[in-house]
Amino acid sequence: MVENFEPNIVVFACNWCSYAGIDLAGTSRVQYPHNLKVIRVMCSGRINPVYILEALANGADGVLVTGCHPGDCHYISGNYKTRKRMLLLDKLLEQFGIEKGRVRLEWISAPEGERFANIAKEFVEQIKKLGPNRIAEKLKEEVEVV
Amino acid sequence: MVESEEIRIGVYVCHCGLNIASVVDINKVIEEVSKVPNVVVAKEYQFMCSQPGQNMIIEDIKQRHLNRVVVAACSPRMHEPTFQKAVEEGGLNPYLFEMANIREHCSWVHEKEKDAATDKAIKLVNAAIAKARLLKPLNVEKVKVIPKALVIGGGIAGIRASLDIANAGFQVHLVETRPSIGGNMARLDKTFPTLDCSQCILTPLMVEVSRHPNIILRTYTDVVDISGSVGNFKVKLLKKPRYVDATKCTGCGVCVTKCPWTAPSEFELGLGKRKAIYFEFPQAVPLIPVIDPEHCMYFQKGTCRACERFCPTKAIDFNQKPEEVELEVGVIILATGYSLYDVAKTMPEYGYRKYKDVITGLELERLVSASGPTKGHIVRPSDGKEPKKVAIILCVGSRDEKHLRYCCRFGCVAGIKHAYYIVSYIPDAEVYICYRDIRTFGKGYEEFYERIRNYENVKFIRGSPMEILQDADGSLYFDVFDANTNRVVTLRPDLVVLETGVVPHTTFKELAKLLKCSIGPDGFALELHPKLRPTETSVDGVFLAGAVQGPKDIPDTVAQAGAAASSAIALMSKGYVETVPYVASINEDLCSGCGICQPLCAFDAISLVKKEDGKQVASVDISKCKGCGVCAAACPSGAAQQLGFSDDQILAMVRALTR
Ligand code: FES
Repeated sequence: MVENFEPNIVVFACNWCSYAGIDLAGTSRVQYPHNLKVIRVMCSGRINPVYILEALANGADGVLVTGCHPGDCHYISGNYKTRKRMLLLDKLLEQFGIEKGRVRLEWISAPEGERFANIAKEFVEQIKKLGPNRIAEKLKEEVEVV
Repeated sequence: MVESEEIRIGVYVCHCGLNIASVVDINKVIEEVSKVPNVVVAKEYQFMCSQPGQNMIIEDIKQRHLNRVVVAACSPRMHEPTFQKAVEEGGLNPYLFEMANIREHCSWVHEKEKDAATDKAIKLVNAAIAKARLLKPLNVEKVKVIPKALVIGGGIAGIRASLDIANAGFQVHLVETRPSIGGNMARLDKTFPTLDCSQCILTPLMVEVSRHPNIILRTYTDVVDISGSVGNFKVKLLKKPRYVDATKCTGCGVCVTKCPWTAPSEFELGLGKRKAIYFEFPQAVPLIPVIDPEHCMYFQKGTCRACERFCPTKAIDFNQKPEEVELEVGVIILATGYSLYDVAKTMPEYGYRKYKDVITGLELERLVSASGPTKGHIVRPSDGKEPKKVAIILCVGSRDEKHLRYCCRFGCVAGIKHAYYIVSYIPDAEVYICYRDIRTFGKGYEEFYERIRNYENVKFIRGSPMEILQDADGSLYFDVFDANTNRVVTLRPDLVVLETGVVPHTTFKELAKLLKCSIGPDGFALELHPKLRPTETSVDGVFLAGAVQGPKDIPDTVAQAGAAASSAIALMSKGYVETVPYVASINEDLCSGCGICQPLCAFDAISLVKKEDGKQVASVDISKCKGCGVCAAACPSGAAQQLGFSDDQILAMVRALTR
């Protein structure tokens, strides 16, 4: 493990369930690591996998995608589409040589503030174990070679 | 706003008393964000949401010519609308505003890590600034709502909803596929748990519907097409020919008496007969008969015309043709109700339709009804004798993985009521109720159950028969394992009553397709939210009343019909609907017309259109778009974007957070 490594993690959250759940962690003052920073979208179905790749290419050490639980999407079925996209992305990441586990999908509902905090802690631990994301550097090298 | 205009951002960091300021070093945040390009003002204040805080923004917009505003404070779910208003008051489009959540997402969750929290706050504000730079003014459009409603289905749900809307002063078109309104409730003799006479509470409402100046009753009519969206639906109806001129008919019924031809009565579920010209039932509304060409000798062989000869007002019109009617309405209420599960086909082990003396609960209602085929005498269909031993079987097809997984929600109490019918009409009869669980959730239901349970000649057996069989002498028998006594009981009932499961009405599926509203896994209409929006559908302006949404008893049906009506009234009295600002938009130059986005849209807002130059492109109906952005995420060329959440805006945030 790299010492004093503080991972930078981008979180995507849908406005209706997950963002509300993350808000609730705050309102209930449940403490979790500061490494996560949230970007709000209306629905998890809005999250283009390109955003995740962009985050990783820019040096994010982990990306957490959150959405409403299956069946609860405010827009009926956006999260099902997210799930499919994430499965595809998983395969893609492997090909890019990005470790499994840097990207994670979690369903967070509005009352699950505490659960979000636990996931946050766990995810930060996991990323710490994986160490810093080197893909940005690798990309740079590759570009130079080309 | 002109593209080239210089971006001038004002950033306001809120202390939220000590909520933020005790953890985040506000001054440091200000110092950092002041250095960011395009930020012309960076200020802090105790409570940004307060009037002085808001005034600060308004003044700066005017004096410092800001054209973007970022507030770093609490969750946008809390105060985004507050600040958007202020921004608008300052003279800017309210969507040129972005919020950074440094309270719920920062100071409150990192109380002990002040430095890290301050760094994070700076990052979050930077991300908001990055997005703000790319914000575009958005519009909320007002779509006019035609103050007319269409109610589909003339059962108790449709009747209640129509009356409520009509009483609020709006015009209602009530469409019913059968010749009369009344629905399944009209078939019931009594309603549980109070044992009110069903007709006595229903028929006055039916008459009220027919007399109401705001209700246009369209019976014997089908909905064949629906297009448009909330506020402005275009509906095509097909009025089936009755072969009776409704403007001349007085409902005297001479034609019916004189008609020599008969057919099984639909209303009596085949237990009784009707004429080839018939009233749906004696209290039908409207009281205008219908000729059934399949059984009418004139239509079949060209002879007879008895009805025509005897009609005192010359109302018979054999030349009537189906008639198309077009309507424009602002809202639609679906109240198509339920049909019984087809147990004859799906559960042959119960022998329904094979043995005459196996009937459904609804058929028993007709046998008990004074206006029914037996004038209210409970007799066996096979030989017309009074049954002395009756088996009532609950949950036939319901709560059964092989059939319907859900509970029918009225079978138990209906079965108990049916036991009551039998012992009160035939005091020396014995009734056996075969049940799995008794569910008496409604008001007064448990008390009713207890009352009947105490009857000596009503016995409860916990178990369902495997198969109903017939002896050589024609009598029915079956074995049932009673889980209460752990014994197999053999019953030889004279009559078997099946409390069958229920399914959505046969017309519903087609309608749902026309409306493009979602259907749940059980086949019923899917409500927008099971708890909070139980009467709304995935289609704005389309509401649900009664069993179309799922099995329901009468009280729940009426309650939901009222709720659906008030939602419809609210929409119509407001007079317009606002579109969502964050809708999808298509850049036609980039769009290749591939159509990937179209089937992804859960709201049917995207269609593929041919432009004048022949190019196919996707097009978004913003009155249907709910602004989820699913299409934008899938678009391979970046042509589909979600306003307010466009790729460049989100990517700018990603980059700001990963710098
Ligand atoms: S709104 Fe939460 S996933 Fe769609």
